[in-house]
Amino acid sequence: MPEANIRISAGRLVDPCNQIDDLLDLYIADGRIAAIGAAPDGFSADIELDASGLVVIPGLIDLCARLREPGQEHKASIDSECRAAAAGGITTLCCPPDTDPVIDTPAVVELIRHRSQQIGAARVVTLGALTRGLRGEQLSEMAALQQAGCVGVSNALKPLASTLVERRAFEYAATFGLTVFLHADDAALSANGCIHEGQLSTRLGLPGIPQAAETVAVARDLALIQQTGVRAHFCRLTTRHAVRMVARAQFDGIPVSADVAIPNLYLSELDTIEFGADYHFIPPLRTQEDREGLRKGLISGTLSALCSDHQPHEPDAKLAPFPATEPGASGVDSLLSLTLKLVEEHQNLLPDAIARVTSGPARILNIPYGDLAVGRAADICMFAPDESWRLDEAGMNSQGKNTPFRGWEMPGRVRYTLRDGQIIFTSETS
Amino acid sequence: MSVSNLQIRKDGRLRHFLSTEGLNRGLLTEILDTAESFAGVTEQSVKKVPLLRGKTIVNLFFEASTRTRTTFELAAKRLSADVLNINIGASATVKGETLLDTLRNLQAMHVDMFVVRHADSGTAHFIARHVLPHVSVINAGDGRHAHPTQAMLDMFTIRREKGADFGRLSVAIVGDIANSRVARSQIHALNLLNTGDVRIIAPRTLIPSHIESLGVRVFHDLREGLRDTDVVIMLRLQRERMKGTVIPSEHEYYQLYGLTEEKLSMARPDITVMHPGPINRGVEMDSQVADGPRSVILQQVTYGIAVRMAVMSMAMQQKHSQDGDA
Repeated sequence: MPEANIRISAGRLVDPCNQIDDLLDLYIADGRIAAIGAAPDGFSADIELDASGLVVIPGLIDLCARLREPGQEHKASIDSECRAAAAGGITTLCCPPDTDPVIDTPAVVELIRHRSQQIGAARVVTLGALTRGLRGEQLSEMAALQQAGCVGVSNALKPLASTLVERRAFEYAATFGLTVFLHADDAALSANGCIHEGQLSTRLGLPGIPQAAETVAVARDLALIQQTGVRAHFCRLTTRHAVRMVARAQFDGIPVSADVAIPNLYLSELDTIEFGADYHFIPPLRTQEDREGLRKGLISGTLSALCSDHQPHEPDAKLAPFPATEPGASGVDSLLSLTLKLVEEHQNLLPDAIARVTSGPARILNIPYGDLAVGRAADICMFAPDESWRLDEAGMNSQGKNTPFRGWEMPGRVRYTLRDGQIIFTSETS
Repeated sequence: MSVSNLQIRKDGRLRHFLSTEGLNRGLLTEILDTAESFAGVTEQSVKKVPLLRGKTIVNLFFEASTRTRTTFELAAKRLSADVLNINIGASATVKGETLLDTLRNLQAMHVDMFVVRHADSGTAHFIARHVLPHVSVINAGDGRHAHPTQAMLDMFTIRREKGADFGRLSVAIVGDIANSRVARSQIHALNLLNTGDVRIIAPRTLIPSHIESLGVRVFHDLREGLRDTDVVIMLRLQRERMKGTVIPSEHEYYQLYGLTEEKLSMARPDITVMHPGPINRGVEMDSQVADGPRSVILQQVTYGIAVRMAVMSMAMQQKHSQDGDA
C-alpha cells in the first residue's frame, strides 16, 4: 500500500522530547514525520485527520508486554495483542524473552518479527535471552541475537546460577553494547513467595517475598554493573528502597535506568485481602509507602519509564487458590488512561507523564521512536482527553481479561493510532 | 465480597466456616454453646442425633490428615449425615483435573457440605466462592492461613478449664507461629473473645513479620513469656524445620523452647497445657508435662468432635429457612 500523505490538523501536539506543547498541525509523508506547524513545500494531503479537541502524542512504547506467542496461544497471540495495543495508542511493544521456545535463537526473533509485520498493528521489538534457555548457566549467542534484531538481553524472571555467570554475562553483553534488562530478585529470598512479605502475608498465611529480595539483588547487580561497565536497566522495581538505590547509582554516574509497572502505582499489598487472584503479581504489590515512593521516583525521573507489564491470561489461570493462580494482569488496554490518571492525581504536567511512556522507554531500548522529530517514523497516538470510559471485559481488546482495574473509570479515549504513517487503529470503525 | 460476608448470612448466621477472622464474638460463643450441648451426646452410649439425616457431607482432603479427618467424620456421623471421604492427593487432580472441575463433579452428586483441607492458603475461600448457593464449606486447614475448627476446640477447652471470662486470662502460644494455620486462627479467636493478654513465644525465625498487627505480644524467652500465664498452647514443630536455616538443632530448640516442669513453674500454678497434636516428645515438650496433670491434650481431641458437630449443624441448619443467600 503506497504511503499516504496525512495532515493532522488543529490538535494539541505534545512531544516531551522536543519540548513541544502547542496547537500545531502535523504533516506525514512516506510514513515519516514531514513537518510540524507549516506544511512542507508542495505537500498535498491524501488524508486529513481533524484533531481539534484531541491531544496528539508520539505512539506509546510499552517496555514489557507478554504476547504469549510462541508457546501459549491459549492465552493470547501476537495478532490479538498487537491489535489490542494499537487500540490503546501503543505503537511499539517490547517482548521479553520468556516465550516458549525462549528467544535465544535468531529463528525465534525472526518468527515474532514476521508475525507482527504480517498483522500490521503495533510494532514488536524483542529482548534476547541472556542465557541459553534462560537456564542461567550458559551464555546465549548474544551477538547473533543482536544481529537478528534484539534490542537488549534479559534473563526475564529466571535466576542466574551464580554471581560469576552474572559477571560474565554482563561483560559479554557489554562487548556488543547490549543493554542488560534485569529483574532484581534474590531467588533464595523470594522462593515460593506469592505476595509481599508483610502484614497481609502474615494474615493470610501466604508465603511472602521480602523487600530485601529486591534490594539485595539491586545491590549485587549494581556492584557488577559498576565492575563491568555494562549498560543496565532495572525492570519493574517494586520497593521505595530500590528506587533510592538506583537514584544514588545514577547520581554516581553508573549507567543504569529503571522502570515501574502500572499496577504498582495504584495498588498495594492491602488489595490482596480477599485472596483476589487479580492482585497476584510477581514481583508483588508492595506497601502503600512503596507505592508512594515509586510515584515519587517516576515524577523525579529516577524511573524513566512506565510500562503495562502486560500479561494476558485465559480465565482458568486465575480460577484456583491464590498461590496456584498465575501472576500478572492484562494491561495494554489501560496504559494510556492510567498514565493520564496520574496526571490528574498529582497535578503533573502532561508532557512529563507522556515522556514516561514514549521517549523514556525509547531511550532505554535505544530505538528511534518515541518522539515527533521531523524525519522520525510517524508513530502517533491521538486521544480525546475529556472522554472517559469504564474498564470492563467487553471494552478490553486484549484476549486476556484479567485485570485488577475492572470497573475503574478511565480518563482519555484513543481516537487514532498511526504506526509508520499507517492508521492502525481508529475508534470510528471499531 | 469480604471474607466476613462470605461466611455470614444476611441474618447473621453462619454460612461457611472458613476463618475465625471476620466472625464476631456472638457467633464464636454460639459455636461454643452449641458444642457444649453436643458434648453430652458424645458421652452417651447411643451417640447419635438426627439433625443432619439425609445430608451428604464430603471430606475433601488434599493433604494427609488422620486426626482432623477422623473427628470430622465422627462428627458428621453422630449428626446422622452421610459421609464421603475423598483423598484427592491420590485422585483427580493428579490426572490433571482442576480443583474447580473436581468441585463441580462432586456438586453434581448433590452434596450439602464440603469439609476441605488443602496445602494452599485461600483454598477454602476459593471453594466457598464457587459452590452452589445451598452448599456450605468448612475449612479443615488451608496452607498456613487458617484452621478454625481446631482453634474453636481450643477455645472450648480453655472455656471448660478456665470459665467463660476470657478477659482475665493470659494465654501464650509457643513455637512455629510462622508456619502455623492453627496459631493464626487461635489468635483471632482469642482476640474476638476479648482475651486479656495474648502472647506468642518463639525465636525470630519462627515469627512472621508484622505479627503484632494481629493483636499479640511477642516474647523470645520462654521463661519470661510464661510468667503468670493461665494457658500455654504448644505448637508442633515440623521435623524438616529442625535442622538448617530455621532452627539449628532439635537439641537447642528443646533447651530454649521445650516445655519442662521447671519452665512451667514460671506460669500460674493452675496453668493449662495444650497442644494441637501430634506431639514431638522431647522437642516441644517433655513427656512429664505432656502426660502430667495440667495437660489437657487428649481432652482437646475429644472436644474436637463436639465442636465440629456444632459448626456443621450451625452451617447446615440455616438452609431450611434461608436457602442460598450469602
